[in-house]
Amino acid sequence: MLGKTAGGLFWMFRYLERAENTARMIDAGLRISLTRSSAAESEWTSILSSTGLSAAYSEIHGAPDGPKVIDFLLRDPNNPGSIMAGIEAARMNARVVRTALTREVWEAVNECYMVLKRLLAQQVQDRDLPRVLQVIRQRSAFVRGALHGTMVRNHIYNFARIGTFFERADNTARILDQKYYILLPSVRLVGSPSDNVQWDTILRATSTTRAYQTLHDGEVDPKAIAKFLILDGRLPRSLAFCYGKIGDNLGYLEQEYATRHTCQSLADALCSKFKAHDMNAIFDYGLHEFITDFLRDSAALGRQIEIDYRFIE
Amino acid sequence: MKPANCVVFVATLRGICRLKVMSGRPTYFDEMFGHGTAARAPYADYSKWFADEDTARLLSKSEEAEALFRLIGVTFNVYGDPDATERLIPFDLVPRIIAAREWAKVAKGIEQRVRALNAFLHDIYHRQEIVRAGRLPAEMIARNDAFLPEMIGVSPPGDIYTHIVGTDLVRTGDDEFFVLEDNARTPSGVSYMLENRETMLHMFPELFSKIKVQSVGQYPRSLRKSLSACAPDACNGRPTIAVLTPGIHNSAYYEHAFLADQMSAELVEGHDLRVVDGRVAMRTTRGYKPIDVLYRRVDDEYLDPMNFNPDSVLGVPGIMDVYRAGGITIANAPGTGIADDKAIYSYMPDIVEFYTGEKAILQNVPTHRCSEPQALKYVLDNLADLVVKEVHGSGGYGMLVGPAASKKEIEDFRAKLEAAPGNYIAQPTLALSTVPILTDAGLAPRHVDLRPFVLVSPDRIDITPGGLTRVALTEGSLVVNSSQGGGTKDTWVLEE
Repeated sequence: MLGKTAGGLFWMFRYLERAENTARMIDAGLRISLTRSSAAESEWTSILSSTGLSAAYSEIHGAPDGPKVIDFLLRDPNNPGSIMAGIEAARMNARVVRTALTREVWEAVNECYMVLKRLLAQQVQDRDLPRVLQVIRQRSAFVRGALHGTMVRNHIYNFARIGTFFERADNTARILDQKYYILLPSVRLVGSPSDNVQWDTILRATSTTRAYQTLHDGEVDPKAIAKFLILDGRLPRSLAFCYGKIGDNLGYLEQEYATRHTCQSLADALCSKFKAHDMNAIFDYGLHEFITDFLRDSAALGRQIEIDYRFIE
Repeated sequence: MKPANCVVFVATLRGICRLKVMSGRPTYFDEMFGHGTAARAPYADYSKWFADEDTARLLSKSEEAEALFRLIGVTFNVYGDPDATERLIPFDLVPRIIAAREWAKVAKGIEQRVRALNAFLHDIYHRQEIVRAGRLPAEMIARNDAFLPEMIGVSPPGDIYTHIVGTDLVRTGDDEFFVLEDNARTPSGVSYMLENRETMLHMFPELFSKIKVQSVGQYPRSLRKSLSACAPDACNGRPTIAVLTPGIHNSAYYEHAFLADQMSAELVEGHDLRVVDGRVAMRTTRGYKPIDVLYRRVDDEYLDPMNFNPDSVLGVPGIMDVYRAGGITIANAPGTGIADDKAIYSYMPDIVEFYTGEKAILQNVPTHRCSEPQALKYVLDNLADLVVKEVHGSGGYGMLVGPAASKKEIEDFRAKLEAAPGNYIAQPTLALSTVPILTDAGLAPRHVDLRPFVLVSPDRIDITPGGLTRVALTEGSLVVNSSQGGGTKDTWVLEE
């Protein structure tokens, strides 16, 4: 496979995952602004920070304002990080790697693009917003489904999966990075209702509310939430799960290519942090520091994958 | 000449027929109805089927086809149009039908012509016997931009120059086919031929069980086989094939990706390639891997910045040196443009005869070379009746269609022609055949041409039955190019 193709697959699935995650975050923000309007502005601020788009937003619009933030994140042509831009970039990459994809996967991503291009042609009305957000998640899921159902399990599939989990872990970590302070053990003592909402937002932004409640008998506890999103190998959006998958897929590549690369050592080092399964150790080290380290190390891993598999010259 | 514009089709028990032509003007040969009113033999079964169909249902099928093309992504890019960078080529769902017997003669003529083209290219880049024999003026070669001095003395693997040819044909009567152009560089459109058939099979399966149509689906496999048969000596084992595309912004990108996908070849761009140890190699996830056969969809000029256009970023520096040393097969070979040049075209009957010893089976359109004073005078005196083309132009740009042009357009063109007569050739306007298309008001005749696709390898010449039918969707228009409002049709060659 061409190095360019591997890179195109990796990025195609990163962009799709990112768009889907941004939709989840808008959903969580919308929920807060509907139920607790006083907390809305700070919530939009934190969502913009999670997506890394605060500066770009404030340059154009100034202070965070719900409808403006939503439009900015969904479709603003001036925002290269919008969901629409992400879907366009995913499709562009799909066109570049067209020969590596099955017709089903290509058609799913092309249709995702065509549907959203139409839905996001103008600013979305409030009443349409929940449906539009649902369509975005659904269309992204269709692509994933086509990938699962039709693609041969070989290096092509592996690069697509590495892109997906790399981006997903990154998104989960960025949400935690914004919210770490409400997950610290000391916060538990405060126990104000506002914190409950914040915790709820974290779960909502990662679409894990139901999963968390099922596994924790409905008990909402910040330490358990942190553990759930970082260490719980059962949750497909947790850092431990994503890195387990990245490790697996790099392992399959090692088998197929009969070559072990530097990036695998970096991924192993990250995985071993989660295998410790000890939330207390993470709190002792500092949740914020742990997340900051993770974001730094995962960025380094991304660069190393690019070099090892010759995405670019 | 103007087309008859008031043709009425009616359904009868036996099928549909043309009621009458309500115009006194000369009519064109219609491939469905000839000059008469009843469907010609090749269309008999289709016509019966059509008569039972509801036009509204067919029109909704048209929309279905368009949605399908959009989903699959069968699009082409329009240069300089930021609002519609990806467009569909309109597809008309009335097939063009050719009888087996008609096709056999056309195929024989194409094969003869393609053999002659390859022999001509070999000769032109070696001893130039045809010039020595006085059958072709030396300046036609020496002063021709399409002649590539870098190819002198180079013998490509298997001595094949034009691996893929698209011979443009037009029809004027029952048994009258003319060659309009020999596309011997990088002919495009084959993906449309294949997708059109897929779409028809998807939309009208019942038609294909009633009417036996020769298959076109084997083309990608044949292409792979044909290219593999031309692998260079440097190749070990199964040849590695790659398709070189200028990239996703190229107007034919869809086709490049489609062909690479269909023949399981890599789709590469210039920046994926470099010369490594005397071979052209592509950057894979496992390092550089040599390519044996490069099906390039990049023009000669951009192929090698070290040998040709130094500003090109689409090509591979040094690929010509590897090629000359036998390290890679480039399909089509560099320098094949000399064979489909519009100035050379007028010599094709001589070229065919010179290399095959036979008269050309397919006729050329009579061509006036404006470089010759007598011909120029004739052309200037008859501009309103002629089609004047730029020798090096393509895509239907820079041409004058006399009968359709205004007085001012003709005068403007006259000035251009007088300024540089050598740049132009002129041809009479042929009474191009029509095939009906489906419109809101039912069937309506439109002019068509045909591009059959030919694969050439050392041991065989493979001609896909049919090819790409392009249709001028505007009533009376003779310009079928997709960049100027042309559409396409599925082309059926019936089984014996």
